[in-house]
Amino acid sequence: MSSNHPFGSYEPVIGIEIHAQLSTKSKMFCASSTEFGAGDNDHICEVCTAMPGALPVVNKKAIEYSIKMGLALGCQIRDRSVFSRKQYFYPDLPKGYQISQFDLPLCEHGKVEYILDGKKMEVSITRAHMEEDAGKSTHHGEYSLINLNRAGTPLLEIVSGPDMHSPQEAAEYARTVHKILRYLDVCDGNLEEGSFRCDCNVSVRKKGENIFNTRVEIKNINSFRFVEKAIEYEILRQIDCMETGEKINQETRLYDPDKNRTFMMRSKEEAHDYRYFPDPDLLPVILEEGYVEKVRRELPELPLKRAERFQQEYKIPEYDSFVLTQEKEIADYYEKVVKASGNPKAASNWVMTELMRELNDAKKTFAQSPVSAEQLGAMVMLIDKGTISGKIAKTVFAEMWATGKNPDVIVKEKGLVQITDTSAIEKAIDDVIAANPAETEAYRGGKEKLFGFFVGQVMKATKGQASPDMVNQLLKKKLAGG
Amino acid sequence: MDLTFATSSEIAAAVKNGKVTALEVTRHFMSRVQTLDKQINAFVTVNEKAEEAAKAVDAKIAAGKDPGALAGVPVAVKDLLCTKGLRTTASSKILGNFIPPYSSTVVSRLEAAGAITIGKTSLDEFGMGSSNENAASGIVRNPWNPEYVPGGSSGGSAAALSARMASAAIGTDTGGSIRQPASFCGLFGIKPTYGRVSRFGIIAFASSLDQAGPMAHSTADCALMLETISGACSHDSTSASLEVPKWSQLLKDDVKGMRIGLPREYFAEKLDPDVDRVTKEAIEALKARGATTVEISLPLVKHAVPVYYLVATAEASANLARYDGMRFGHRSSNAAHGDLDDLYSRSRGEGFGPEVKRRIMLGTYALSSGYYDAYYAKASQVRRLIRDEFLKAFESCDVILSPVCTSPAFKIGERINDPLEMYLNDIFTTSTNLAGLPGMSVPAGYSSKGLPIGVQLMGRHWDEAKMFNVSLAIENALGAAKARRPHVI
Repeated sequence: MSSNHPFGSYEPVIGIEIHAQLSTKSKMFCASSTEFGAGDNDHICEVCTAMPGALPVVNKKAIEYSIKMGLALGCQIRDRSVFSRKQYFYPDLPKGYQISQFDLPLCEHGKVEYILDGKKMEVSITRAHMEEDAGKSTHHGEYSLINLNRAGTPLLEIVSGPDMHSPQEAAEYARTVHKILRYLDVCDGNLEEGSFRCDCNVSVRKKGENIFNTRVEIKNINSFRFVEKAIEYEILRQIDCMETGEKINQETRLYDPDKNRTFMMRSKEEAHDYRYFPDPDLLPVILEEGYVEKVRRELPELPLKRAERFQQEYKIPEYDSFVLTQEKEIADYYEKVVKASGNPKAASNWVMTELMRELNDAKKTFAQSPVSAEQLGAMVMLIDKGTISGKIAKTVFAEMWATGKNPDVIVKEKGLVQITDTSAIEKAIDDVIAANPAETEAYRGGKEKLFGFFVGQVMKATKGQASPDMVNQLLKKKLAGG
Repeated sequence: MDLTFATSSEIAAAVKNGKVTALEVTRHFMSRVQTLDKQINAFVTVNEKAEEAAKAVDAKIAAGKDPGALAGVPVAVKDLLCTKGLRTTASSKILGNFIPPYSSTVVSRLEAAGAITIGKTSLDEFGMGSSNENAASGIVRNPWNPEYVPGGSSGGSAAALSARMASAAIGTDTGGSIRQPASFCGLFGIKPTYGRVSRFGIIAFASSLDQAGPMAHSTADCALMLETISGACSHDSTSASLEVPKWSQLLKDDVKGMRIGLPREYFAEKLDPDVDRVTKEAIEALKARGATTVEISLPLVKHAVPVYYLVATAEASANLARYDGMRFGHRSSNAAHGDLDDLYSRSRGEGFGPEVKRRIMLGTYALSSGYYDAYYAKASQVRRLIRDEFLKAFESCDVILSPVCTSPAFKIGERINDPLEMYLNDIFTTSTNLAGLPGMSVPAGYSSKGLPIGVQLMGRHWDEAKMFNVSLAIENALGAAKARRPHVI
C-alpha cells in the first residue's frame, strides 16, 4: 500500500462474493429454459415453482461448468460434494429454501492473479459452490408481483478471501473473475441482465493492525464501476464512524448509484438462521475418477497466462497484450491474424486500432466482424510485401469492412497496387518540380520544411499509390539537383 | 364372477378375455363406494372420470391392443399422490382445492397398465399420524369395527380396500404408514426398498424415508402391483436404476432352508397377548414348511423412534415450507394489509392441523443453529449405525420377522391426546425406513375381539423377492386373509 493512500492511517479490508449465472440452456434442477427476456412466468414448471411432489434433478452441465471455473481459479475440486437446503421464507423463493452447498462445496482453496498498475496481485478464493437463483419480485405500492423465470437458474457463488485493500483492487479482481468466466464460456457475463453480481464485504482497520473489525455487506452490485464507488463510499463512511466514535454495525447495505451512497437493508438482528441441512432429494455429487483431470485438459489458456505469452512470443508491449486478451475471442482472432500475416506487431496494431474502432462503432463483437482474421492477416502481408502502402491499406481495409471481399481482390479491382516502378515515380517527381519552380527554389535555398509539400504533391499525382519510401528517396535526390 | 372378492389379477384376466368390461368393473366398485363409504369415510375425492378411463381400456381391448397387466383393476390411491386433473389434498386444509397439472409417476404407471383410479383416499394430514384421525376430511373408520381406527397414515387406502371399495390400493410409508394400517385392516402391504419406487409427484413428508407401495388382498396381487410401479424415473434422483424383477411370476410357496431372523429386542417389548400369539403362529407355520429360525440382536433399534422423529420432522419442516399461500392452496384473508409475515403465519396457521404444526416445530428446532449437532446430526449418525446393524444381522438370516405393532387396532379417540403414545406405535416399523430396507405386513390372524393382526417381514435391500415368498407361505399356511370378512363389506 502506497503511503499517499487516500484513506490516511486506515486500511480497508475487502472480500467479495460473486454470483455468476452459469450459461446452461436449462435450469439447475429442471428442464425449464434459462433464456432471458421471456414473458413473465413463461419459463416455469412444477419443479421451479415448487408444486407439491415435484423433485429436483441436477443439471450435469452446471456441474461441469462449475468444475471448469473452479479449476481456472486454482481450486481443489471435491470428488464428493453435497447440496444443502438454505431455508428462509420469501415470496420469490418457491420452496421456502434455496438449494445451495454448505459444508461440502464443490470447489475450495483457490487463488486469482491480476495486474494492477503494473503490479501482480493475488486474491485467495475461499470456495466456489453451486446454487440456484431465486425469482424476481417487483413492488407496485398496493401489491407485489412475482416472476419465477429466474427461479432455479444455476449460479456459481465465488467467495474470495478478505484480501483486497482498495476499491480499485476490488473492482479489478471482479473484472478478472468476469474475464475468466467469459474465457471459459461458462457465464455470459451480462451485467445488466444480472448474470454477474457482486456482494462486497467491507471493513476498516488502522494500518498495521492485523484484526478484522465489524464488516458490512453491500449486496447485489452489478457494475465494476459501482463496485469501486460503493466500496469507496462505504470505506469513507466507516472511517467517519471510527473517527467520531460511532459504532459500526454488522449489517447488509445496498448501493444507490444515483446518490452515490450506501443505505441499510437489514441489520444483523434480522439475520436468518438458515437451518442448512443436506437436501435428501439429491444424492451427493460424486465425480468419477479422472473426470476432473479430463475437464482440466480441456481448459483453455487463461487470460493472464495468455497475455504473458503474447509479450514473450510476439514481443508486443504489456498494454497491448492485456487489450488483446481481455476476451477470448479477441485473443483468438489476434492469433489468427498473426498466423496469416507473420507480423505480430502489425497484427496487433491493426486489431487494436482500425478493427476495434469499427467494431465499437458498429456495436459488433469479434465473432460478428465482417473482416475475417485471415483476410486481415493477408492484408498485413500485402503491406509487408510492398504490394500496397500503409496508407492504401486503410482504403483496402474500409473496402473489406464494407464488402467482406479479400484484400487481393480489392487491390486488383481498384487498381491499388503500389507504384514501385522507379521511372514512373521519377516522372511524377520531375513533373512536380517543373510545376513548382518557386518552391523548388526555396527548398534548395535551405527551406527544407518544404520537403513534405513535395511528398504530398507526388503522392497526389500518383493517386497515393507510389511507394512512400521510394518517393522519399528519389525526391531527396532530385531536389538536391540529382 | 364375484367381482367384490376377486383378486386383481383375476379381474385383469377377465377384462382382457372379455368376460367382463372395465366399465362394468368400475361401476361395480363405484356403487360399493357410494353405499359403504358413508360409514367408513375412506375417500376424500371420488374420481368422476373413472368411467371414462374404463371405457378407454375397453376401447383398447376392442382395438386388439394390450390393455396392460392391470386392465380394469380399480385402485384406491392415497391422497398424497398427485393425480393430473384430480384434486389432491394430502388431507390438509392448506391444499384445499389443489388440482395438480401432473400425475405422480406411480399413478402414471398404474394407469398405463390399465388400472382405474377409483378415487383418492384419506390419510393423516401429510402422512403424519398412525390412526387417520388427523384428516381435514374427518376420521376414517376401520371396516372390521367402525369404533376402531384403520391405522395410519394410509388409513383411507387400507379401509377402502378392506371394505372392498377397490381391488387394490396405494399407500405411502415413511415410518410404517403402509404396514401398520395393512395390519389393522387385514391386508398385505409392502414398503419397498428406498429408491425402488419413484417419489415424483408424491407430496413429500420426509424425503429420505418416504416410499410408496401397494396394499392388496393377496401376496400375488401385492407383487403384481409393486412390479408395475417400480423402476427408475428420470424425475427422481433417488430412484434406483436397477432392473425390476417380475415378482408375480417368480413367486414360490417355498421357504425350505430359509433362515428367518427373530430380533430379540422386538420380542422383549410389551406385546399384546393376541399379537404375541399370532406372531408365534406365523413362525411355527414357517418352521413347519422347512424354514429355520435364527435369533438375532438389533440393540440400536431402541433408538429408532427418537431418531425417526428427529430426521422425519427435520425434513418435513423444510418440505412443508412451500405451503405459504403464495402460489397455490390456502391463503388467509385475515392477514394485516401489507404485512407479509402475518400473511405467512395466518395462511399456515389456518391451513395446517395441530399434528403437522407440532412436527414442523420439532423439525425446525432440531435444525436450528446451536441444536443441529445435538439433534439432527446425531440422529443421522445413529441412523447410519442402525442401517449397519441390519446389514450385519442379514449375514445370518434371509428375512427378519417381527410384529408390525404392539397391538391390534385401537379405538378412535383412545390415543389422539397422547402424541408420545401415538409415536411409540411406530416402534417396530420406523427402523426399516431409517435403514432403507423393504418391509411388509402379512395378515396372520385375529385378536380375541376379531380384529386383524399382521406380522412384519423385513428383507435385505432390493430383496423383496424373498419377502414375497415368505408372505405367500404364511398366506397359504394360515389362510388368515381369506378366513374372515370385515363387519362393513
